[in-house]
Amino acid sequence: MLKINDLTWSAPDGGRVLRGVDLEIPDNKLVVITGPNGGGKTTLAKLISGLETPDSGSIELDGTDITKLDITERAKLGISYAFQQPVRFKGITVSDLLELAAGEKLSVGEARSYLMRVGLCAREYINREVNDTLSGGEIKRIEIATVLARHSRLSIFDEPEAGIDLWSFNNLIDVFTDMRKNLNGSLIIISHQERILSIADEIVVIADGKITMQGEADKVLKCLLSDDPSCMECPKKEVHYHGGEVNE
Amino acid sequence: MNEITKEILKSVSDYNDGYKDAYSIRENGCGVARKSTENIKIEDKEDAPGLVIRVKPGTKGERVSIPACVTHGNIDDIVYNDFYIGEGADVLIVAGCGVHLDTGEPARHNGIHRFFLGKNSHVVYQEKHVGTGRGPGIRSIDPVTEITLDEGSELEMDSLQLGGVDKTIRKTSAVVGKEAHLIIRERILTDGEQEAVTDFVVEMNGENSGVNLISRSVAKGSSHQAYRSKIIGNAPCTGHSECDAILADNGKVDAAPELSANHEDAALIHEAAIGKIAGEQITKLRTLGLTEAEAEAKIVAGFLK
Ligand SMILES: Nc1ncnc2c1ncn2[C@@H]1O[C@H](COP(=O)(O)OP(=O)(O)O)[C@@H](O)[C@H]1O
Ligand SMILES: [Mg+2]
Repeated sequence: MLKINDLTWSAPDGGRVLRGVDLEIPDNKLVVITGPNGGGKTTLAKLISGLETPDSGSIELDGTDITKLDITERAKLGISYAFQQPVRFKGITVSDLLELAAGEKLSVGEARSYLMRVGLCAREYINREVNDTLSGGEIKRIEIATVLARHSRLSIFDEPEAGIDLWSFNNLIDVFTDMRKNLNGSLIIISHQERILSIADEIVVIADGKITMQGEADKVLKCLLSDDPSCMECPKKEVHYHGGEVNE
Repeated sequence: MNEITKEILKSVSDYNDGYKDAYSIRENGCGVARKSTENIKIEDKEDAPGLVIRVKPGTKGERVSIPACVTHGNIDDIVYNDFYIGEGADVLIVAGCGVHLDTGEPARHNGIHRFFLGKNSHVVYQEKHVGTGRGPGIRSIDPVTEITLDEGSELEMDSLQLGGVDKTIRKTSAVVGKEAHLIIRERILTDGEQEAVTDFVVEMNGENSGVNLISRSVAKGSSHQAYRSKIIGNAPCTGHSECDAILADNGKVDAAPELSANHEDAALIHEAAIGKIAGEQITKLRTLGLTEAEAEAKIVAGFLK
């Protein structure tokens, strides 16, 4: 289990971004984090994967405090993060990146299967450089494929739907549905997409640097889709669902 | 031929106790082995040290290797090699060079290569430079390449220097004729106190001629690199030059690209980017489990691949 305790983070310009986040991510569940843009979702993902260091609070994975571990150490513990904005590299090919992610040489068949899962024709992409000749949607799918290749203890996908066409999006839903069924660890997806929210086990809503709602997916989703403004706009009226129990 | 030469030949060309096709091996300023073939004739140049290499019109799929090695100090080798490529020929030319020093004396190889490409011929020209040995002497390799491209011909030049050469001044000039194309890919890694200067001058004289210069360099340690390029468009043509450099430690790079368009249908573009490795690239690879040093090495290796 991933346990986040009272985490705070301020941007370099001093603005408070996360204002005390407490969160438990259970194993073998698909947890979708949603909420308005600028709410702090990506920041939370960066703190979990070690890209940023919190001002205060702690992060535990399976009972071990990982707050002080660096990015590489956390990656080696099995934390993976598919960036919201993937990085481009001159001279590094898709297959290089997949092999770095897998931590071993991949057969052509294995490399292909990761690309096919994200809806990319393997033959066309496997030797392409991960550079700026790739479109936003293409690089996004390659980013997702690299995280799939890691078979991680904890995978975080940050807005995987962004820039992706409908056909590939259907593919992605299949990928995540499939991952959810065969989960051997934790899966976090940050998303605004109703179809991704609808395959979640749990949904967490983050707004203005705080968790404003958390609970079983169908309950949170119902609340999110209702017109009741108290759900989204008033963080004071927090509704926490834990294992079906309501703690107001 | 000494053992050091053999090692250099293996690293700069596909030497395997000899070469399959035509070749000439130069060691410490002297030709030590040579073979011509039916289609590729290699002869001594009459007025200067060096070779005249003639490729028969229509020759396809053959290669010629002309490596040069310097294996001890106090040598300043200058060689003039001229290549005449017959109409419609399509060949590979490999011109590797290595300078090996076990002492403190300097050594230099200066290869002056002239290429005359006949109509519709195609040449891939590979040039790989290395410096080896434990001696502190300065290893210099100063290639001069002069290219004349006749109608419809194409030269692709791949130039590689990935370490060990202390000083290099590389001058390449070309005159590109009608519908002819020149592609130059250069990759240079310098470290320590090394210096590398690259100087391209390309005159686009023929209608629909094209040039593409791509330079990738990495300057580590306290090394210094300078990239100068000048593309002169005298006819309807396309020209593109791209200089990408990564700085590490205290490396320095100067890039001075120049474009001159003397014809209204000359379309010339230059791109240059110099900077250290993007932090987000290192971060991304670290999230895949690499250490910072491993990530940096991967990024540099990919960049220079
Ligand atoms: N490095 C930074 N410098 C300044 N502001 C930042 C930085 N990183 C995040 N922020 C700010 O923090 C807020 C939350 O950002 P983010 O976590 O990306 O939100 P989300 O992913 O929910 O859209 C935004 O207002 C954003 O501008
Ligand atoms: Mg975000």
